[in-house]
Amino acid sequence: MVGWLAGTMIALSLAAAVWFLVLSARDKPIQAVHLLAMAVLEVGLLVQVITAAVLLTGGHGPEGKGTFVGYLAGSLVVLPVGAFLGAGERSKWGSVAAGVACLTVPVVILRMQDLWSGTGV
Amino acid sequence: MSELSSGPGRALVAVYAVFTLSAGARSGVQLATGFDHAPVAYLLSAVAALIYLLATFALWTSRRRIALAAVGVELAGVLGIGLYSVLDPGSFPEPTVWSQFGAGYGYIPLILPVLGLWWLRRGAKEPANG
Repeated sequence: MVGWLAGTMIALSLAAAVWFLVLSARDKPIQAVHLLAMAVLEVGLLVQVITAAVLLTGGHGPEGKGTFVGYLAGSLVVLPVGAFLGAGERSKWGSVAAGVACLTVPVVILRMQDLWSGTGV
Repeated sequence: MSELSSGPGRALVAVYAVFTLSAGARSGVQLATGFDHAPVAYLLSAVAALIYLLATFALWTSRRRIALAAVGVELAGVLGIGLYSVLDPGSFPEPTVWSQFGAGYGYIPLILPVLGLWWLRRGAKEPANG
């Protein structure tokens, strides 16, 4: 994995999660601009998947590739699901749903980094 | 929109969806790469994934009885497996989502069914409008 890209994605998705939770605390649903932010995050995750795939085919990466590839694939699913759930609920709870998805992204990336560096289970 | 998946239920569906995804992916990888390595733990992972899937589906489609059953099994599972894994750690060479009461997942697996039951009970008393 590319360290700085993973770090950037963690920081950005945490920032988005805070943004959405603040929005929820203000009793507001998510708007187009929040969906746009999630789309930008998703593009970043896509770049991460592509770079990781290139590194993997180049012989880099963890020994047991199965789990890592599972997380890699899963990392692309989280935000679209969160955006779908969040956009469909026009209340502060829709913002929470989108925030949950954004909070999941750093967890997934941290797990992938653990696996990549061989310290993971 | 169905009542169980609206309001606070929408946030609950989001968390259940995340756990369906993570438990499902983990279980899929475990079953595909080495079922013989730890069949009991891997089967439990698969069961947990199915329970999360069922709970997500039932909340989303507002099937209260199925949701109650799934969340009930989930609570029994996390308490039972959690206790078992603490008392007899040797029997769980590989972690499942419910081992150590879900410590590997920030104890969310323990909190989630409690929130789920609260939501299902609250929804039964005062049906949400919409």
